[in-house]
Amino acid sequence: MASEWKFAIKDLAEKPELLMPGHRACAGCGPAVAYRQILKATRGPIIATNATGCMEVVTTIYPYTAWKIPYIHTAFENVAANAAGIETALKIMKKKGQLKHDHVDVIAFGGDGGTYDIGIQALSGAAERGHDFLYVLYDNEAYMNTGIQRSGGTPHCAWTTTSPAGRVIPGKPEYKKPIGDIMVAHGIPYVATASPAYWRDLIAKARKGLEVDGPAFLHALAPCPRGWRYDTGRTIEIARLAVETCVFPLWEVVDGEYSLSAPSKVIALKPERKKSVREYLKGQGRFRHLFTPEFEHIIDEIEHIVDKRWKLLLKKCGMA
Amino acid sequence: MPVVKQEVLALSGDEAVAYAVKQSDVDVVAAYPITPQTIIVERFSEYVHNGEVDTEFVCVESEHSALTACLAASAMGARTFTASASAGLALMHEILYVTSGCRAPVVMAIVNRALSAPINIHCDHADSMVERDASWIQIYVENSQEAYDSVIQAFKIAEHPHILLPAMVMLDAFFLSHTLERVDVLPDDTVRKFVGARKIPLVRSHEGKLVPFKLDPETPVTMGPLDLYDYYFEHKRQQEEAMQRALQKIKQVHDEFGKICGRRYGNGLIDPYRMEDAEIAAICMGSASGTAKVIVDHIRAKGVKAGLLRLRTFRPFPSQDLIKALENVKAIAVMDRSHSFGAHGGPIFHEVRHVLYDAPTHPHVVNYIYGLGGRDMPQTLIHKIYKNLQKIVETKHVETPVQFIGVRE
Repeated sequence: MASEWKFAIKDLAEKPELLMPGHRACAGCGPAVAYRQILKATRGPIIATNATGCMEVVTTIYPYTAWKIPYIHTAFENVAANAAGIETALKIMKKKGQLKHDHVDVIAFGGDGGTYDIGIQALSGAAERGHDFLYVLYDNEAYMNTGIQRSGGTPHCAWTTTSPAGRVIPGKPEYKKPIGDIMVAHGIPYVATASPAYWRDLIAKARKGLEVDGPAFLHALAPCPRGWRYDTGRTIEIARLAVETCVFPLWEVVDGEYSLSAPSKVIALKPERKKSVREYLKGQGRFRHLFTPEFEHIIDEIEHIVDKRWKLLLKKCGMA
Repeated sequence: MPVVKQEVLALSGDEAVAYAVKQSDVDVVAAYPITPQTIIVERFSEYVHNGEVDTEFVCVESEHSALTACLAASAMGARTFTASASAGLALMHEILYVTSGCRAPVVMAIVNRALSAPINIHCDHADSMVERDASWIQIYVENSQEAYDSVIQAFKIAEHPHILLPAMVMLDAFFLSHTLERVDVLPDDTVRKFVGARKIPLVRSHEGKLVPFKLDPETPVTMGPLDLYDYYFEHKRQQEEAMQRALQKIKQVHDEFGKICGRRYGNGLIDPYRMEDAEIAAICMGSASGTAKVIVDHIRAKGVKAGLLRLRTFRPFPSQDLIKALENVKAIAVMDRSHSFGAHGGPIFHEVRHVLYDAPTHPHVVNYIYGLGGRDMPQTLIHKIYKNLQKIVETKHVETPVQFIGVRE
């Protein structure tokens, strides 16, 4: 089932854009970059569905649409159920001989709010039932559409408007939920993390997710200049730093087997290449309050957590 | 067309619904069990597992996902069905509006059950009354036979390209859902032919092409877009226009089906019983109407000009039919099996009295809130209602316009 699909950048350049220019995403929008890359991975006819969120809003302001493929949005917490309904309809249409194509792929996009939090029930249900679809979590680590409120995906001590950097509580007290592992625990055939800085890795993973039979889950880190408080030109740099510091390692799970993806594998093999978490944090305004004498100890704490999670991952990948 | 020979079955209301769905060539059913709707999904699961239907049945993890999956499958062009009750319908609330707003003709059976708290599994109409503004067609049935007939009709009404609105068919918890009744069922092919294949209308895409209104990789459309103050209002207005067109369509489909099965429920919107020369009348929805008819017969035998107007279709509300049917009535008792807390009476009362404001005659209209949480509505209480109407006609005076009946004071 593993993908044999090989692609060159030239092939990608020649592939038509499925998300057209002219959408209203902000300058430097990480999710928009991730979407564009993912949609380069399609292998044939495909239907998209999107949870309520930034990307739903910026791509479909009536009477305009950026989508060149069939697309439906219904609500916030139910995008996996949309995918379930679409996939089920395809199944019966095929059975009744009403489908014009041999196969139609289904892709569901949800932000961190729509995935970690309000949408996890529908996602878990759809995964358990085994619908054949690719779920893409574009993780910009807060409710950006409503103006930067904390989510289950917001990292520890990050500033958001509902986890402000206060004098007593410096940002979000809780930790980022291990959503990828939660999806692995569902026993679905494919789970992976990806970063738009490593576009080749991300596109190949999206393709694998589409190709497997059954549910696939792709967790794409998608930096947001507005919410993370950095200059719009630095999105890819930050998406790369997250991997280089092991804050967001790249891995995949095929049929329950964890393995590190090349950009993180390099670090596992040559730990000296691992950059300091401090470097990742310092370029983002959402962590600025940590660079004060009062709260600086938290940076060490975060570094410690990142290390702990990284070691656990290495163990899962048989590289400890 | 002559009336088709039918098979007589003993079915509960829930089973009658499942049987109708089985015969209606439904593509996708997604549902979540809730008492007292459970038998519908159980029976349907049996049909699926015994290979008696060409339907994909999705046992979803919640009612919210049940309706979502139906909506998305419907957007694909599939015929879809779900069923719920009470808390389940309340959980669907958000998606009810999304379904009608996406113009997805999903059909749903609601087994009317009281809303929590306190938790109660028995009949009242609070659950579906809450959803009366959701732009769904609402048909309330009196018995299991009508549940069967109405579900079949609902597909044809909802899916008509001039309507494209979802429809719910309501049956009373336990009084109908779990009670065995005689149900005459049509042959499978007759129902399949009557409902027909779903017709997908053409719409103009954002690129200006005429394309089928469904998710199809050949002709991509965007559904459920962000729609702000420059178009949202028009889209809502279109829903209202479709609702008004549904008045005629419900009557028409009801009539066509009546020709095949030989059964009619008034004109499909209102179902008058001995209303011709009635001076007093009760207005009722659901299974209590059957009891009310017994009382009408009883007091008619004593020379009282009494009638019953059963409201079958609540959305769209048949205002003109109602005005006409009530033109010679002097006093009317509206029976509500739900209450709008803090309001002056129950929801049916609001609609009826409001409509009669434009009528040439201004009859007395009173309201009885009855049967909440499955409280029985015995003949004696309905008799009391008609007695009060007689008194109102005699005295031309209404003492209590809104009262709870059958409740401990």
